[in-house]
Amino acid sequence: MQAPNLPAAVYSDTAVRQFALMSVVWGVVGMLVGVVIASQLAWPQLNLGISWLSYGRLRPLHTNAVIFAFGGCALMATSFHVVQRTCQVRLFAPALASFVFWGWQAVIVAAAISLPMGYTSGKEYAELEWPIDILIALVWVAYAVVFFGTIGIRKVRHIYVANWFYGAFIIAVALLHIVNSAAIPAGWMKSYSAYAGVQDAMVQWWYGHNAVGFFLTAGFLGMMYYYIPKQAGRPVYSYRLSIVHFWALIFTYMWAGPHHLHYTALPDWTQSIGMVFSLILLAPSWGGMINGVMTLSGAWHKLRTDPILRFLIVALSFYGMATFEGPMMSIKTINALSHYTDWTVGHVHAGALGWVGFITMGSLYYLIPRLYNRTEMFSVKAIELHFWMSTIGIVLYIAAMWIAGVMQGLMWRSIHPDGTLTYTFVESVKATYPYYVVRLIGGLLYLGGMLVMAWNVWMTVVSGRSVHASIPLPALAPA
Amino acid sequence: MDILFLLIPFSVVLVLVILGGLWWAVERGQFDDVEHEGERILSND
Repeated sequence: MQAPNLPAAVYSDTAVRQFALMSVVWGVVGMLVGVVIASQLAWPQLNLGISWLSYGRLRPLHTNAVIFAFGGCALMATSFHVVQRTCQVRLFAPALASFVFWGWQAVIVAAAISLPMGYTSGKEYAELEWPIDILIALVWVAYAVVFFGTIGIRKVRHIYVANWFYGAFIIAVALLHIVNSAAIPAGWMKSYSAYAGVQDAMVQWWYGHNAVGFFLTAGFLGMMYYYIPKQAGRPVYSYRLSIVHFWALIFTYMWAGPHHLHYTALPDWTQSIGMVFSLILLAPSWGGMINGVMTLSGAWHKLRTDPILRFLIVALSFYGMATFEGPMMSIKTINALSHYTDWTVGHVHAGALGWVGFITMGSLYYLIPRLYNRTEMFSVKAIELHFWMSTIGIVLYIAAMWIAGVMQGLMWRSIHPDGTLTYTFVESVKATYPYYVVRLIGGLLYLGGMLVMAWNVWMTVVSGRSVHASIPLPALAPA
Repeated sequence: MDILFLLIPFSVVLVLVILGGLWWAVERGQFDDVEHEGERILSND
């Protein structure tokens, strides 16, 4: 006998819709700020002499906007969507999910105001001052309650692998944020870190690299493990491998951070530990990448006609590239060349534009039409256009930064036989100028693609209508 | 490097928690029929 289908048996998608749309909005804003600061590096006069628009203040605005606003909203939208669909149950406490949405938007607005005003704790990717940090912690706890509460009331006994990735991301980010942001307030928008000197640097990069690992990797792998199978219409190549991928990744991630502090006051053995753990990470990363790509085995032809699938699969290729390049750059002898150069910037953007950006765009292109009662986006041709604009943009961006970075590294270490430097620092800056211009062109293309997406999303939303998707009756799942 | 006296024990505790999670998942039969679970998401929305 089946229970009477109550009207309440619909998914709670309001927060999903809100977060998905705001992800696109913040994507445009964050990438625009990125283009502005890329222009400032080529033409420094573009700060117009206004302190609010100076590079040092806009750069953290760019990183916070693309990571926490664009990426964060996308992670929250997709995690709330995936956890409901795979657990076949409505969100636990939808009102709290609404608080998560408005609270997170408040954090983003506070960042957009306080960073240009010059309020910063000086910690990279954790610049926001302590009152905002407390708001982040509150919102994050609410997010965790909604997510894990939904898993707690699930109707499907098995917890799908994507949820494990999302869950690890939520727990890890909470821990990282609280430990790294510990500070002594000295006024409403001023504080001093609870740690000093190299201790502070160690905590900062323990946070910083794990933010890459859990925010920018584990969270987006959750997306990958749901939206690639859905869009391809095929199960994950090896579900068994996806489970190994998860446990291997979270067991080995925590100690890669010291590779950000090679050749600093950090003890040498700690640096070496950071390098070894970074090298170990290659294995789970590539296992997951291959697993995702092989999901298409037997269906490769779909790549020819489906631009969404192309976004998702190219994202994985960039994930594979970045997770190969990263361990290589963590090797101390290579790092001696690459550190402090634009190679690092190129590496980060291969991951950010290629992996995080593309997996998000692909997932949103799958998700948004379904949230508005359509089978596909308003214009599939526009997705195609977006794909090519961003792909060419990324290639220009990272190739320019690779060349610039290796060139800078070689110029800085070059010495005359008498031991004096061959080049002054400013000569390396001048030599970098053409690459900064090429990088800007790449960035403009990527931003242009995002604007095409924003138009496409707008047209999809106005020509569709919000649906109340009903929850399928449990197909007698073993409970 | 006093900070390592905080971060290393913290990591050890975390690994124990992760091990606990793995143990829980295995004991609860989360991984008993894995290939079938991969296909389930395709059949419902």
